[in-house]
Amino acid sequence: MANGIIERAAKLTPAPFARKIKGLSDRAIAWIFITPTIIILLAVNIFPLIWTIWLSFTNFKANRPNADVKWIGLRNYERILTDSDIWLTMQATAHFLIWTLVLQVLIGFALAWLINQKFKGNDLWTTIIVLPMMLSPAVVGNFWTFLYQPQIGLFNYVFAFLTQSDPTSFSMIGDVALAPWSIVIVDTWMWTPFVMLICLAGLRSIPDYIYEAAECDRASKWRQFWTITVPMVLPFLMLAVLFRGIENFKMFDLVVQLTGGGPGSTTELTSINLKREAFEKWRTGYSSAYAIILFVTVFGLASIYVKALNKVKER
Amino acid sequence: MSKSSISEPTRGFKWIAAILVAFYSLVTIMPLLWIVATGFKSSADSIAYPPKITFQPSLEGYVNLFTTQTRQTKEFMAANPPKNWYEEIVHSKGMVIAGPSRFGERFLNSTIIGFGSTFLSVLLGTMAAYAFSRFRVPLKDDLLFFILSTRMMPPIAVAIPIFLMFRAVGLSDTHAGMILLYTAVNLSLSVWLLKGFIDEIPREYEEAALIDGYTRFQAFYKVVLPQAATGIASTAIFCLIFAWNEYAFAVLLTSGTAQTAPPFIPTIIGVAGQDWPAMAAGATIFLLPVMVFTILLRRHLLRGITFGAVRK
Repeated sequence: MANGIIERAAKLTPAPFARKIKGLSDRAIAWIFITPTIIILLAVNIFPLIWTIWLSFTNFKANRPNADVKWIGLRNYERILTDSDIWLTMQATAHFLIWTLVLQVLIGFALAWLINQKFKGNDLWTTIIVLPMMLSPAVVGNFWTFLYQPQIGLFNYVFAFLTQSDPTSFSMIGDVALAPWSIVIVDTWMWTPFVMLICLAGLRSIPDYIYEAAECDRASKWRQFWTITVPMVLPFLMLAVLFRGIENFKMFDLVVQLTGGGPGSTTELTSINLKREAFEKWRTGYSSAYAIILFVTVFGLASIYVKALNKVKER
Repeated sequence: MSKSSISEPTRGFKWIAAILVAFYSLVTIMPLLWIVATGFKSSADSIAYPPKITFQPSLEGYVNLFTTQTRQTKEFMAANPPKNWYEEIVHSKGMVIAGPSRFGERFLNSTIIGFGSTFLSVLLGTMAAYAFSRFRVPLKDDLLFFILSTRMMPPIAVAIPIFLMFRAVGLSDTHAGMILLYTAVNLSLSVWLLKGFIDEIPREYEEAALIDGYTRFQAFYKVVLPQAATGIASTAIFCLIFAWNEYAFAVLLTSGTAQTAPPFIPTIIGVAGQDWPAMAAGATIFLLPVMVFTILLRRHLLRGITFGAVRK
């Protein structure tokens, strides 16, 4: 009965009012729909972050929860920023970050440009090329240790065959000079397709008529490439670099399985170093400060970069 | 495309491009094929020099992966002849099967945690994405950016307080804890992706439904959800792949009951030195579903990995 009346009232009233009569208001629905997400993120992300900030000013150790917790101010931060070992891991991270980005941008762009030549069967090859990208980095790192084995490994065998050297003469993950490159190679193998896909989207977004106009102006192919193709793909390329940069700054799983940070600490990236401080040495307060420094670094670099990216987009 | 189109490359150039791309894709797939092949090698073949390309296929790796084995005396072996093919493989090495290995359990954990967290993050993500897409929410851009920024933190950095928090409330090494954690991590992806998908559905459909007397909620699940089905499905696959692949949290927060496969696979060690075929078999079983999904998803791949920033 009551339902019938509401039904009729709803039909007679204009749409915005009808909504208020039947069911919940839009505003109520909006809040009901958003609140659970916000609560979970507050509980699992923001609350821990605040906790980390608090811990970073103390000498708390998680393996001794009952010991006295002392407030030690900025001492943790001071110690980290003056620690020479941490600068070494920063260097390892920078080496990894810069080389993976350079190689992935060059190879990824070249591949995208080739694929965009619209030859037959490029869909099939593209599908094969993207396969490594979605795999579990930890498992990938683990099986690359097998490929890198000095004698039995496929990588060493192929490399030795191509350079006519002895496959047992070098060990990619055991050699201090080669280990930093071993992680660059695997990361490049895995993530070049990511840069390629984004570049491909960029290349496909360039309308044909721009090239046609350039052709009318008798611009050479070489000139067209540098004045049309590159500038138009640049915003896409920069986006790819942003994603890869953030991901590789946080890099943990692939490298920890591949080299474990060794030999020595030649491939000990910041995340691995942090894990060691937090979960092996159990210096919780110290590593909390470390985590905050890393987070601020990523956030700061990313926001400067996004500003640059927006400038390029506006041009 | 018409023949007169100027931007069309010449035939000869197309061939060169095709050959280079084909060469790269063959190089890139070699490591994967090699791992699949190693899974079917006997342990002697797997460590042969030079590496063997052709070999007698063997299921030894898979049997080792799923079982634990012990060495027994000759008399015992003679008294207990193998009853089936897999016992025979083990017997031929002078061992007997002692029981199933942990791999099945870990694989099941990966499945439970993967599907559980995917379901939750897609459910909550769809709701939030709909609200962000259709309603005027105060501080909308800030909220969306806040949701995205949760993904920028290195997992190890968040792991410290989460480790303490889980220990305090008894969630460490439980399925529920891992599902909650992965849901939170995936929410940023699912909200951003789904907002993009829902933005693409014309508002007119819902407005028509509202005028026909549907409530907002009915319009949401009877009109918008079916339209967003493809988007929801591909978002779900991305979330599933993430949870499936995740290693850092898994290795720090689980050790037994809730341990997933990624931290487990690298610990597969044979009786005599590293058992490469078993490791390769484990990697194959674990990676194959993701490869299949990648191929199915290839049209939406770009969108998924850039959080919806690049659509095409």
